[in-house]
Amino acid sequence: MFSKIMVPVDLAHQDKLTKSLECAAELARHFDIPVVYAGVTGTAPGVTGHTPEEFTRHLAEFAAAQGESAGISTAHHAIISHDPRVELDAKLVRAAEEIGADLIVLEGHVPNVLDHFLPSDGGIVAKLAKATVMVVRN
Amino acid sequence: MSDVTTDQGIPEPEGHTEVIDTDFEIGQDNVEGTVGPFGFDVHNPVFLISGLTIVAFVFYTLVFQEQATAAFGALRPWLTGTFDWVFLTSANIFVLFCLFLIVSPWGSVRLGGADAVPDYSYSGWFAMLFAAGMGIGLMFFGVLEPVYHMAISQPLGVPSPFAEDGTIIEANVEAAKRMGLASTIYHWGLHPWAIYAVVALALALFSFNKGLPLTIRSAFYPIFGDRVWGWTGHVIDILAVFATLFGLATSLGFGAQQANAGLEHVFGIANNANVQVVLITVITGIALVSVVRGLDGGVKVLSEINMVLAALLLLFVLLAGPTMVIFSDFFAGLGTYATEIIALSNPIGREDTGYLQGWTSFYWAWWVSWSPFVGMFIARVSRGRTVREFIICVLIIPSLVCVLWMAVFGGVAIDQVLSDPTTSAVKAQVIDSYNPPISLFAMLEGLPLASITSTLGIVLVIVFFVTSSDSGSLVIDTITAGGKIDAPLPQRVFWCTFEGAVAIVLLLGGGLSALQAMVISTGLPFTFVLLLMCVAIVKGLAAEKNAVPPTSGGGS
Repeated sequence: MFSKIMVPVDLAHQDKLTKSLECAAELARHFDIPVVYAGVTGTAPGVTGHTPEEFTRHLAEFAAAQGESAGISTAHHAIISHDPRVELDAKLVRAAEEIGADLIVLEGHVPNVLDHFLPSDGGIVAKLAKATVMVVRN
Repeated sequence: MSDVTTDQGIPEPEGHTEVIDTDFEIGQDNVEGTVGPFGFDVHNPVFLISGLTIVAFVFYTLVFQEQATAAFGALRPWLTGTFDWVFLTSANIFVLFCLFLIVSPWGSVRLGGADAVPDYSYSGWFAMLFAAGMGIGLMFFGVLEPVYHMAISQPLGVPSPFAEDGTIIEANVEAAKRMGLASTIYHWGLHPWAIYAVVALALALFSFNKGLPLTIRSAFYPIFGDRVWGWTGHVIDILAVFATLFGLATSLGFGAQQANAGLEHVFGIANNANVQVVLITVITGIALVSVVRGLDGGVKVLSEINMVLAALLLLFVLLAGPTMVIFSDFFAGLGTYATEIIALSNPIGREDTGYLQGWTSFYWAWWVSWSPFVGMFIARVSRGRTVREFIICVLIIPSLVCVLWMAVFGGVAIDQVLSDPTTSAVKAQVIDSYNPPISLFAMLEGLPLASITSTLGIVLVIVFFVTSSDSGSLVIDTITAGGKIDAPLPQRVFWCTFEGAVAIVLLLGGGLSALQAMVISTGLPFTFVLLLMCVAIVKGLAAEKNAVPPTSGGGS
């Protein structure tokens, strides 16, 4: 049914990703397909790395650890952005196409009043991506 | 097991850099949470203290208006008068320092690591360099300054071409014209851009090569060590936020008054506070859209639109005016700048104090007080350039563009003033009365299609304010988020709105000039900060020698 899953991850807030990670791992085992963890970083030093390479290294370690613990095949995909907060969604949609992922599993917050004014990341990705998108509420 | 690798999204490893090993974790002092539906991620205590201090100063200025106006109003001329030698000497040091970096072996160090690729193309990069920190000044001073210096301020004692009774003294004309342009170019050429370049280079180096957060304090790591993560650094960052926000808000307030004067002059629209509040609201509104659309989708696009519009206006004035005269002015002005730059930048024993203290020293303080904002913005968009390329592109090329701009706008205006002094609108608005906001439109009136070009002029003024406002909001947001460039969106919306609100409050309540004087006064302490930055850059580059790949001999 699916051939590859992409899971967008925010390495700075791993504690908020539990559900989407578990869900993606279950699906990966079920369909016997790999999971690619996609992370977006800015060019300036950030919480998750002083340089884009360091960020990529951390993302690779994260992917490997997930593979180890969940017993699934994993990979990582680091994306550099000039303005990560704003470009996040478009970059993720493009990444899914580049990776060849046909299922995106992402963590989404419970909607609040702000979502009427600023659309949520999950909402935009679902609107724009060609792949199937599963928004897991945290 | 990580058995599939995809790395299309990231450039290949960026090469060796000398990352500074510090125990500081980026974001360690940040407070994250939500207020209602809004998420926030701010540096504690920089965000709170900056915000509260700004509110306190606005309050003080409004409540004790006379006292504040008297205090700050006197402070600025006293500083630029008393410490003119400090400003001039420091600015000279910055220029020499930058020129030294171009020819030094350190010029080959690449910002972002030996193999980093530039984030932006030349066109997008230049557009953003101009739009952030200088564009608006070119609109207001392009006509005013050359004419004023030629006729009134008499730099280096070069006599005015006008006699007491207003008749032209032919013998003085040629020298006064050249000095008018050269003394203007001096204020918009190498020196201001060297000031910006020092701050930008320091920030880019310590952030992109050393791995420190993109915030002003990082540039001081070689000097203060780990103390920059404590109160020493907090104070530096708070001062930068303070100067940037008040600098932007007061310029926005004055800018609205000036744009309104232009609208009145061209379209007969009423000149009052209501119109000005609407203008500030419109400018802030467009800036909000721009910051929400982000660096590439908003700020860069607007900057590029602005550059195209400005280039069109420049080309029109060049072709509609006396083209050959302008070209000869350009080279004559540039020649005089080259021969007189040492005399103009000499800080001691000068007799032309009106020009020296009223203009040069004032400008240097102004550029320095804006340098945290413009420098940080330039740093953010300059990753991937070598130091040599960076300095050439931030120092030499913008200087030449400014020279061309001043030669065209100033050249046409001077030509209008001298060829027909009795009917010249420029002479009426600059020499006979002092009416800076009208000077550009007065010059355009003397050329064909004035209604179209004046409208274009007003649009440019407004958009240049938008591009300062949006890039300023991004800078303040990054500093108050402890160097994080990915803080929640509502934060940059907050700073952009706050800036517009401060401008409106000061406009309605009075106090724009008092607070602007205060901001320019911060130029003095920041001048010493910038001198320290030069030391930090040398230390940083010296440790970076291993980052230069053996094959890279040149900058380009």
